[in-house]
Amino acid sequence: MLNILTKPHEYPGKLFVVEGIDGSGKTTQLGLLEKWLTAEGHRVFLTEWNSSVLVKAATKTGKKQNALTPMTFSLLHATDFADRLLYKIIPPLKAGMIVLADRYAYTAFARDVTRGVDREWVRDLYSFAVQPDLALYFRVPIEVSVDRLMARRVKLKFYEAGMDLGWSTNPLESFRLFQGKVLGEYDRLVSEFGLEVVDARASITDQQRHVRQLVAKFLAGSQAETVDDAVV
Amino acid sequence: MTPSSDAANPGAHGDIQGGRYYGRGVPYLPINEYPGKLIAIEGTDGVGRTTQIQLLREWLEVKGYGVIETGWTRSMLMQPTIELAKSSNTLNKLTFVLLYATDFADRLEKEIIPALKAGFVVLSDRYIFTALARAGVRGIDRQWLRSLYGFAIAPHLVFYLRVDVETLIGRVLEARGMDFWESGMDLKLGDDIYDSFRAYQNRLLREYASMADEFHFRTLDARRSVDRIQDELRKQVAGFLEP
Repeated sequence: MLNILTKPHEYPGKLFVVEGIDGSGKTTQLGLLEKWLTAEGHRVFLTEWNSSVLVKAATKTGKKQNALTPMTFSLLHATDFADRLLYKIIPPLKAGMIVLADRYAYTAFARDVTRGVDREWVRDLYSFAVQPDLALYFRVPIEVSVDRLMARRVKLKFYEAGMDLGWSTNPLESFRLFQGKVLGEYDRLVSEFGLEVVDARASITDQQRHVRQLVAKFLAGSQAETVDDAVV
Repeated sequence: MTPSSDAANPGAHGDIQGGRYYGRGVPYLPINEYPGKLIAIEGTDGVGRTTQIQLLREWLEVKGYGVIETGWTRSMLMQPTIELAKSSNTLNKLTFVLLYATDFADRLEKEIIPALKAGFVVLSDRYIFTALARAGVRGIDRQWLRSLYGFAIAPHLVFYLRVDVETLIGRVLEARGMDFWESGMDLKLGDDIYDSFRAYQNRLLREYASMADEFHFRTLDARRSVDRIQDELRKQVAGFLEP
């Protein structure tokens, strides 16, 4: 069996990923991290979950017809991820760039298992994924995330709210039930995959300070290596 | 092998009375105690699978069995995406493997399992072995592939129509000529389509051969006449359905 996700990669670049449920603030934090890294002179590439062109077509068809099952939902996202990994993530890592990923395989582990997919099966499925140098998990209580989404008047999306599971016909109630269980799965992942937990209830600035501290450790290493190479 | 040989493989993930999953299975889809039967016909391109399935279907229906056919790459969900991928030739091999698996999962849940629950005989024109063979030839990790397809139901019978590559070349050239994918041109085994076809199909045949024991194939010599093969198929299917 492949074990790429559970052993350090050997690319010269760095891979940092953010994880967390909707409304955890991870995307905001990643945006601020990108600003800082770019200002520091790093070459940064940002990639999002579920964004490659080819698979978007199929995902859309599926969503429109409300036809995705938990298994096809899981496999479609894995297909999308494989496409992005090989075309968008690995090349910049080989070029020594910093890759920032908004969600990673852990999103699949948390969501798909909540949908009823086998826990071991989905881990094996993603065993081809490159292990991140750092995976930040923005942990937030379900009510805080709901309040944030409501304040922004975000329309809850069908699958994000777990409406496909039929637990509730009320989108907000369904979101609470579904994402509540997703949080439980994330908690498992923290120890299993060594995710770094960031308290997502803290202020945006405090969180970002924490994030930059965690990221900085990896940058010092990479710069030192670059200098060494130059000397040789 | 007899139908009850499933009992030799009592997996924790499926009930042996009805059917079983090859691997981890689908937790939300228990498959125990369905009345239908799943029969897969495997073999490379040009081996005569489709003809055999048509004849088998007629015979089964005359005998009073409800029959449903399913194929590889025919789901409503994925067909357009797979066609697009084939025509643009931009997909890498891993993505292709996953697209086919998605397609199969869709058919399994929407077609195959409901038909089995309703008591049909499901005739599958190719099954996961086609995907395993194609991906294996392309260097995808075999353990990973088996885990991936661990959500597949083990058919009650798997017939493998085996030919040698010489016979295959003759048939394909007579019927319609060699195409890009059947020749494995994406593997860049050679610029010449004939050489590539030969090398690719040889590798595929080796992959199938290596799976024969693992997945309990009933191997049939497909160099014989259509009628001879059909007789053999009917004999074995009858022996299973009406022991």
